[in-house]
Amino acid sequence: MMTVEWRGKPVWIINRTKDMLETLPKLDDSVADPKSDKDQQPEYCKNENRSIKPEIMVVVGICTHLGCSPSSKFKKGAEEGMGGDWLGGFLCPCHGSTFDFAGRVFKNKPAPDNLQVPPHTYLADARILIGEDKKGA
Amino acid sequence: MAANTNFEKYKSNGSLGGNLLEWVDARFPATSMWKGHLSEYYAPKNFNFWYFFGSLALLVLVIQIVTGIFLVMHYKPDAAVNANGVPVAFASVEYIMRDVPWGWLIRYMHSTGASAFFIVVYLHMFRGLLYGSYRKPRELIWLFGVGIFLCLMGEAFFGYLLPWGQMSFWGAQVIVNLFSALPVVGPDLSILIRGDFVVGDATLNRFFSFHVIAFPLVLLGLVAAHVLALHEVGSNNPDGVEIKKHKDENGHPLDGIPFHPYYTVKDIVGVVVFLMVFSAVLFFAPEGGGYFLEYNNFFPADPLKTPPHIAPVWYFTPYYSILRAMVWNFFGLPAKFWGVVGMGASVVVFAFLPWLDRSPVKSIRYRGPIYKTLLAIFVVVFFILGYLGTQPPTFWGEKISQVCTVFYFGFFLAMPWWSRMDKFKPEPDRVTK
Repeated sequence: MMTVEWRGKPVWIINRTKDMLETLPKLDDSVADPKSDKDQQPEYCKNENRSIKPEIMVVVGICTHLGCSPSSKFKKGAEEGMGGDWLGGFLCPCHGSTFDFAGRVFKNKPAPDNLQVPPHTYLADARILIGEDKKGA
Repeated sequence: MAANTNFEKYKSNGSLGGNLLEWVDARFPATSMWKGHLSEYYAPKNFNFWYFFGSLALLVLVIQIVTGIFLVMHYKPDAAVNANGVPVAFASVEYIMRDVPWGWLIRYMHSTGASAFFIVVYLHMFRGLLYGSYRKPRELIWLFGVGIFLCLMGEAFFGYLLPWGQMSFWGAQVIVNLFSALPVVGPDLSILIRGDFVVGDATLNRFFSFHVIAFPLVLLGLVAAHVLALHEVGSNNPDGVEIKKHKDENGHPLDGIPFHPYYTVKDIVGVVVFLMVFSAVLFFAPEGGGYFLEYNNFFPADPLKTPPHIAPVWYFTPYYSILRAMVWNFFGLPAKFWGVVGMGASVVVFAFLPWLDRSPVKSIRYRGPIYKTLLAIFVVVFFILGYLGTQPPTFWGEKISQVCTVFYFGFFLAMPWWSRMDKFKPEPDRVTK
């Protein structure tokens, strides 16, 4: 996972493992917007992983509640102090909202929406341009 | 005792100083103001401990202004990163602390003064609750006071951004985003306050301007209005009876004594004790155990990383708890909106006290068990909310703060009913001791 600055905000680029991706469908019932119906991502990222490449997640690391930056809690279970049924994701330290590995917010948390996926495009296999869509896409 | 402004002009005894005063007095109400507000302002003779905090608040205001003037000489409101990779604003505060002669003292006086201001003002407000000081005819004094309190909260909030540490940055981020919860205008309003899409240099500069110019000006105006209104109707006292009902042949209240020298001397005692405590904190615990200056604020602001636990400074935590206690959506509006409304209402509700309280007596001395019990619970609730506001959110913390929030608002909103149905003792005709 790396953090870069875009428009003064942190953008996370996360290389998700197979294990991490497998948690996503299991959480469809516990997140508020499982199908990403709200306009929090470009059209080409409106899929189950909320990304262009399945494993690479590009997301603005700013909680949709009051704008703190959530901390990563990647380990499963109680190890990160998150309770036994935690499958890994993010916790906002300010008001306790939680997000899964696709930045989807869990139900009954202060944050109303999923984390925002910025428009981005791959210039090369290992080079991402954030802020611009692919031309013609 | 209305302040009399029609005192006779000073007549010189022929000395040089006397001639000068006569010259000034013919052109400026020097003698009138001195007599009207000090040497012939008659205050009730039975003031007790609780009456120290008004003059102490004035003392802290002076400390804040004087230390503030010197801080501005060295502080730089600039979020740009310097050659060492540290934001200029943060570095300038470090420079004040390490390199400016006595800079650490001035800065600690200002930061400790901020907390002292709130302690003194909270005690001053509590005095009002004890003795019904907000009741007729002192409603306007109370309203000016609520205005001062709001202004003070603004001052504290804007000032807290200036050191540009982690808590400064993320605290401002959260509080400014609160405004975005308002329907329709919210998102644009928060951009207007920030002057940018994120908390940045524009935000720092405008907060600096508000903190050193706009709010102090309003604050001073309100303080003047507060004192003038007080001297117009005269001070309340621990018995909550009007001393103006009984006057001597000169028209002075029988139970009143001139503010100067009697209360100036008494207040000096308060000032000395206060300065002893203030200095002890200043020199031995200027960070107040992390409550007056939070540890995370010794890291420069990092827009990419929120500290693992953020909480407001202690004087905002009761209202912050109320904000967090609101977790339900009502009437199709999100919980976030109701949190903001609850937090705003919890401060503004004080302004309605003069009209909510319907008891036939003012002072707690002549009120019955209902008021004493509810006031005691209110104080406890205020402390619990304050404590929870400093803690990370937990399940039980949330439940307790919700119960406390209900009591907090119940105390005020049900006051028109419960304040009437107490067992009252008859008020004395004159003040007791």
